[in-house]
Amino acid sequence: MELLRLATAGSVDDGKSTLIGRLLYDSKSIFEDQLESIEATSEQRGSETVDLALLTDGLRAEREQGITIDVAYRYFATPKRKFIIADTPGHTQYTRNMVTGASTANLAIILIDARKGLLEQSRRHAFIASLLRIPHLVIAVNKMDLVDYDRDRFEEIRAEFTEFASKLDVADLTFIPMSALNGDNVVDRSMNMDWYEGSTLLHHLEQVHIASDRNLVDVRFPVQYVIRPQSAAHPDYRGYAGQVAGGVMKPGDEVQVLPSGFTSTITSIDTATGPIDEASAGMSVTIRLADEIDISRGDMICRPNNAPEVSQDIDAMICWMADQGELRAGQKLAIKHTTRWARAMVKDVQYRLDINSLSRDEESRSIGLNEIARITMRTTQPLFADAYTRNRTTGSFILVDEATNVTVAAGMVLDR
Amino acid sequence: MTTEQMSHVQALESEAIHIMREVAAECERPCLLFSGGKDSIVMLHLAIKAFAPAPVPFPIMHVDTGHNFEEVIEYRDRRVAETGVRLIVASVQDAIDQGKVVEETGPRASRNRLQTTALLEGIESNRFDAVFGGARRDEEKARAKERVFSFRDDFGQWDPKAQRPELWNLYNPRVKPGEHMRVFPISNWTELDIWHYIRDENIDIPMVYYAHKRQVFQRDGMWLGVTPFMTLMDDEVPEERLVRFRTIGDATCTGAVDSAATTIEQVIEEVGATRITERGATRADDRTAEAAMEDRKKEGYF
Repeated sequence: MELLRLATAGSVDDGKSTLIGRLLYDSKSIFEDQLESIEATSEQRGSETVDLALLTDGLRAEREQGITIDVAYRYFATPKRKFIIADTPGHTQYTRNMVTGASTANLAIILIDARKGLLEQSRRHAFIASLLRIPHLVIAVNKMDLVDYDRDRFEEIRAEFTEFASKLDVADLTFIPMSALNGDNVVDRSMNMDWYEGSTLLHHLEQVHIASDRNLVDVRFPVQYVIRPQSAAHPDYRGYAGQVAGGVMKPGDEVQVLPSGFTSTITSIDTATGPIDEASAGMSVTIRLADEIDISRGDMICRPNNAPEVSQDIDAMICWMADQGELRAGQKLAIKHTTRWARAMVKDVQYRLDINSLSRDEESRSIGLNEIARITMRTTQPLFADAYTRNRTTGSFILVDEATNVTVAAGMVLDR
Repeated sequence: MTTEQMSHVQALESEAIHIMREVAAECERPCLLFSGGKDSIVMLHLAIKAFAPAPVPFPIMHVDTGHNFEEVIEYRDRRVAETGVRLIVASVQDAIDQGKVVEETGPRASRNRLQTTALLEGIESNRFDAVFGGARRDEEKARAKERVFSFRDDFGQWDPKAQRPELWNLYNPRVKPGEHMRVFPISNWTELDIWHYIRDENIDIPMVYYAHKRQVFQRDGMWLGVTPFMTLMDDEVPEERLVRFRTIGDATCTGAVDSAATTIEQVIEEVGATRITERGATRADDRTAEAAMEDRKKEGYF
């Protein structure tokens, strides 16, 4: 059974909680005691229907204020796949939360209210999904029951969104007309929209092809931890532990190690239960090499003829996430890229991106909370980075405030 | 295994191993909380796999309420002997004896909340800067919002409104002296994933997870075991029933469920069919209030 990570975007008003509630309920992932608990709370508040938003709003402040503060993770499974939902709130701290949820997602669902059509918010969601390179995007045109299941209305929204999406980089775009409240096209096919010939949402989630989303071409293995037991049973064992960030590795493959540039050959790919024939992106393994060369955490194992760029100068898009303080040229921050920490100085803020209009503000010199900007940086040590468009693992980084240790930005490396 | 997509359990295992290695590489004094419950058993198993063939590079700590299931303590000591891992016991009884905490009284007395003091003392005296916990996000609504790397201040407190953003697989474990990280490598596992993993990896677990005959009595709709630590109230009558435990915690607040499941396959079938969450079914400690878990977590609880 495969694992699919999805992010949902939209506000409570779009019916997002209802949609998630229905997916969980119809896949029998809501338990009786959870349902009883939210029924009691809904009743206490004088609400006539069961408020499924209470399922995801877990914190006291959220329940009291009726808002969603943070990304909530939900789980459900069908016989075909297991799903992890990163449910991102639509109101406060929107960008920060959606970027967080989107960073690990294979698929995003963007909800659009059929009555309201494409709002600025929907454009923002789609932009962030494309910026974070979520491979699959589903536009859930919800509340079709409130527009009499009108095909023309659906087609109108589809046309408008498709035109907007042409400015973005979206690999796979799917539109589904639905009513989350009534269950049309969520799990079961709608009886009210026989003009729609596509999949239901759940069927799409179960079938969408995700196996080729991983980069299986460019071998990238950031060394995470060196395993040296130095025990009687394993006096000379020296293995490089890590999670494969790209490509396929096999014993016998010639590899190059950065930054030293030395080459060697993989003798064994180990797991706790024994050696394996090959390791591909996403797997945590331990690599052994034929030659004794100096390799430590933060080094990168790749192929001699296919290496990431080794550079101290980085061009990147960043999303600023600090509650306090702005990003400015000249600022020094800690940077974590793969398994390597360094310090970075912001050389230049090239432009701030207005995520509503997608226009560039080149006059802006400082970047505030939830804003997105293109910057250049100089790092104290070289990073072994690929463009984020080519590899989401070796193309991403975080920036950390050295005084507070707080993570203040998410970054995506650009092609130079 | 091939270049085909990993199965979901393999993907979860790979993620957990990655997290454990990050902590071992970046934190100076990590430790793994071990209760003898299924989640911490899976965690220890993952830790062994993450660093093989080298030994686990950190100790395990048991926060011991003194109100234990005998079988679980036997299991703990057996596992420690088999794996050679170092065990630290943070004792609630010691904290009571030293007058650091005052024990609740009455038939409903529980040492659940006192665990927080013993836990934080254990972290402080050992100067741990990263503490692995087996909490899962599917367990409870406050946990659904917690980061994998969850920051704790000098007082061990969690502030749900000031959590660090957590992106990709880039974790930020940086803390100042006195602060620490709680790290939850199995955040994304569900109860069923745990059981599938225990089956697939053939992991030994305490027998109380399987159906057995036990003297129990009913309280608040749960079957609680008759133990020397519990005082029965007037209307509570002990009886022998065929039960098993879905979770293992302090013996005074962990309820059993009626069950005839004596094999792992039968347990999986039962868990797959149940319509009540494991905490709802078996944990008196989570029933006290809507935000019971959130409040305890803010104080420094697991």
